[in-house]
Amino acid sequence: MTSLSRRAFLKNSTAVGTGLVIGLYLPVRGQAEAETAFAPNAYLTIARDGKITIVVARSEMGQGVRTSLPMILAEELEADWKQIEIVQAGASTLFGDQTTGGSASVRTTWEPMRKAGAQAREMLISAAAQVWKVPRDSCIARNSFVVHSASDRKISYGQLTNLAATLPVPDNPPLKTSGYKIVGKPMPRLDTPSKVNGSAVYGIDFRVPGMKYAALARCEVIGGQVADFDATAVKQMPGVSFVDKISDSAIAVVADSTWNAIKARRALKVTWDEGPNKGLNSKAISDSLHNADESKAVKFFAVGGVSKAEGRKIEAIYELPFMAHAPMEPGNCTAHFRGTECEIWAPTQVPQDCRDTIAPLIGLKPEQVKVNVTLIGGGFGRRLEHDYAVEAALLSKAINAPVKITWTREDDMRCSTYRPVSLHKLNATLDNSGWPTSFTHRIIGPSINGQKGSQAVNGVDADFPDECSFIYPIPNVALEHVMTETPVPLGWMRSVYALQMAFASESFIDELASAAGKDPLEYRLHLLAKDADIKYFDATWHTSRLRGVLQLAADKAEWKKPLPPGRHRGVACFGCFSSYAAGVVEVSLEKEGLHVHRVVAAIDCGRVVNPNILAQQIHGGVIFALTNALRAQITIEKGRVVQGNFDAYQPIRMNEAPMVEAHFVDSVEPPSGAGEPCIPPIAPALCNASYAATKQRTRTLPIFGTDSDV
Amino acid sequence: MPSFALRVNGTEKTADVAADTPLLWVLRDTLELTGTKFGCGAGFCGACSVHVNGALTRSCTMPVSQAAGKNITTIEGLGANGLHPIQRAWIAEDVPQCGYCQSGQIMAAAALLTRTPHPTDAQITEYMSANICRCGTYDRIRRAIHRAAVPGGAK
Repeated sequence: MTSLSRRAFLKNSTAVGTGLVIGLYLPVRGQAEAETAFAPNAYLTIARDGKITIVVARSEMGQGVRTSLPMILAEELEADWKQIEIVQAGASTLFGDQTTGGSASVRTTWEPMRKAGAQAREMLISAAAQVWKVPRDSCIARNSFVVHSASDRKISYGQLTNLAATLPVPDNPPLKTSGYKIVGKPMPRLDTPSKVNGSAVYGIDFRVPGMKYAALARCEVIGGQVADFDATAVKQMPGVSFVDKISDSAIAVVADSTWNAIKARRALKVTWDEGPNKGLNSKAISDSLHNADESKAVKFFAVGGVSKAEGRKIEAIYELPFMAHAPMEPGNCTAHFRGTECEIWAPTQVPQDCRDTIAPLIGLKPEQVKVNVTLIGGGFGRRLEHDYAVEAALLSKAINAPVKITWTREDDMRCSTYRPVSLHKLNATLDNSGWPTSFTHRIIGPSINGQKGSQAVNGVDADFPDECSFIYPIPNVALEHVMTETPVPLGWMRSVYALQMAFASESFIDELASAAGKDPLEYRLHLLAKDADIKYFDATWHTSRLRGVLQLAADKAEWKKPLPPGRHRGVACFGCFSSYAAGVVEVSLEKEGLHVHRVVAAIDCGRVVNPNILAQQIHGGVIFALTNALRAQITIEKGRVVQGNFDAYQPIRMNEAPMVEAHFVDSVEPPSGAGEPCIPPIAPALCNASYAATKQRTRTLPIFGTDSDV
Repeated sequence: MPSFALRVNGTEKTADVAADTPLLWVLRDTLELTGTKFGCGAGFCGACSVHVNGALTRSCTMPVSQAAGKNITTIEGLGANGLHPIQRAWIAEDVPQCGYCQSGQIMAAAALLTRTPHPTDAQITEYMSANICRCGTYDRIRRAIHRAAVPGGAK
């Protein structure tokens, strides 16, 4: 995704989803297939034996799309859920943008998946009516049958496939507005059994007959390149068949097993040209934010005029570090270059970007590159990059054989892309009663999309509209961005800018409440008390929905009930990815530091497709957010990422995981983002709880400071 | 190339690999048992956990030479006849998200229940904190272990 922002692809996929996709036939549906199956659109096939196959055109990385997306289609199809099987789409031209990110899978496929199911349902009803010679409106679809109640007859979908396949595909089939039977139910995940018995195949598990195994030596200094290397000794090592450069910055070592490749790579002597960044360190990067030229600030959201506001002035500065996605499955990819075509098996969130990026690099056209999407052992945005797939394709071409590359954990942590650092300068003025008359939030930091060469939108990173909201209707507001540059590779990490935006904004709102001598929950609820629509880029935020989710979290956390001695709470709320979320965090101060006991998290993400999976997303999001807040930090010394493994970069474990309670607003609004919005309120709620305990503000993350010397 | 005899999930296997090859890569690359996962290669995360002569073991840091001649159980062989009760509990609680760490979590939980058939919350926390789940499934892991621990095990 070098040229298309997350924002842009979201818009594209929405547009395509509502128009082009429906009505397309499966591309290779031959005559034989047509006689045995009914495939009214690219998403769906019904076999004569009744088996229903639904295509999932997003990547499964734990967020449940292989269950939730088929549920949407099955609902409109009036299908028997037990008959559903899924097929994972690889890079295709049939489904619009297949990028899995931006908490967009449900919200962008909600309409096309519903229409795909409804088209088939209508055609099956028409077919049954023809068979029975009865009016079609006297028939209904139910549980994979069409039923004619008047004559007490029913006929299965499987039996109707031949006739249904001959009928015209309706362009605008009616969609349900009530009476949901599958959507909204806590259906168990379809992928759970395979993930419990070891049979699930992730990218790293994939194998092709005759496949070689590779490990790559990459320069650990950012921007460094290969100057020289001596492969003589390594080529004599057991199983090693190839050692050579595949790019300016990487040398591949190919062997007959993963271990032999890793071992040989370790033995390889490389001289690196460390390039211009060999002196780079975290202190210098932080200084560059503090010394940035703020005259270049771009105002991307404004209400009234902050400079005219009068009152008691409050200021604070917040800072966040680089963070790493660190998914449990390290980077990997399998490729098989076969001269005029290349097949890729990638744990990727961007199959089409992989295809389009790889093709010219290996001298092929995009249609000659087939990208298969495997299960992903944790994405969190890391697999929005295509680096692993490019490496595998280049190497397969170089050795003219199928090959799997496996990154070590250290490769994954040190040669990655990172959540950008940022500095946040906030100021506000309070009236005599302590209510804000102005609020200014200036974000200083590098831009992910900017670094990748994407066009800015309204002068700021194209991700900002989805992730950098401000929903309090204060009379004078300014949100500003000072875009800086860094050589450190940047990537989209779960909740992206919303994390740092909410940390600063919601910590500062707490500071204003303290300055006003008011309860932090009451302060927020007062600011959100009036229903207001906040126009923001091309979206509209509603104070009523943020207030609702905040109240829900506060009620469930029993905010008004006194806590036992030594326990303290903090609260925060935020809107992003078209959803609203709030969190209440309960802490105590122990000898070893802050201990998190309980997190009550609430989300308003519109209609809930699968509450079982949404609860997983909230639980997991809270744990992810706590890792970010407490400890996640990537530091740079001598141009290198310091942290290399889970000893120095420590995701929280069960001993630090609090009791998490997940709640959601009962809503009939269209579904909005679910995987990311629960994250941003957690760090500020935690820091606000810490303030309640210590009367000291935490303005720099992570809370537990640097682990860089571990 | 030395040859190592292993008894994996009740079946005799042979691996002709270098003596320092971690058991993990023998399982995954040589024996094609890919349910056991590579996470960190250094014993920090537990994704590679298996049972060696019944003891919970990090396969990423055990050379095959040390595993030779021993009984090795992987996620594929945990349930001798169908699923182990802990796996059934895992399904009942719908624990996995991405699922990548789950083989290791399940092998750890099974070892815990062998040692401590009715663990308290504190015992679960102490034992299971050796494993990392980046998706944050800890709450459901705890529930699944409690479910498997009740008399009769998981339904």
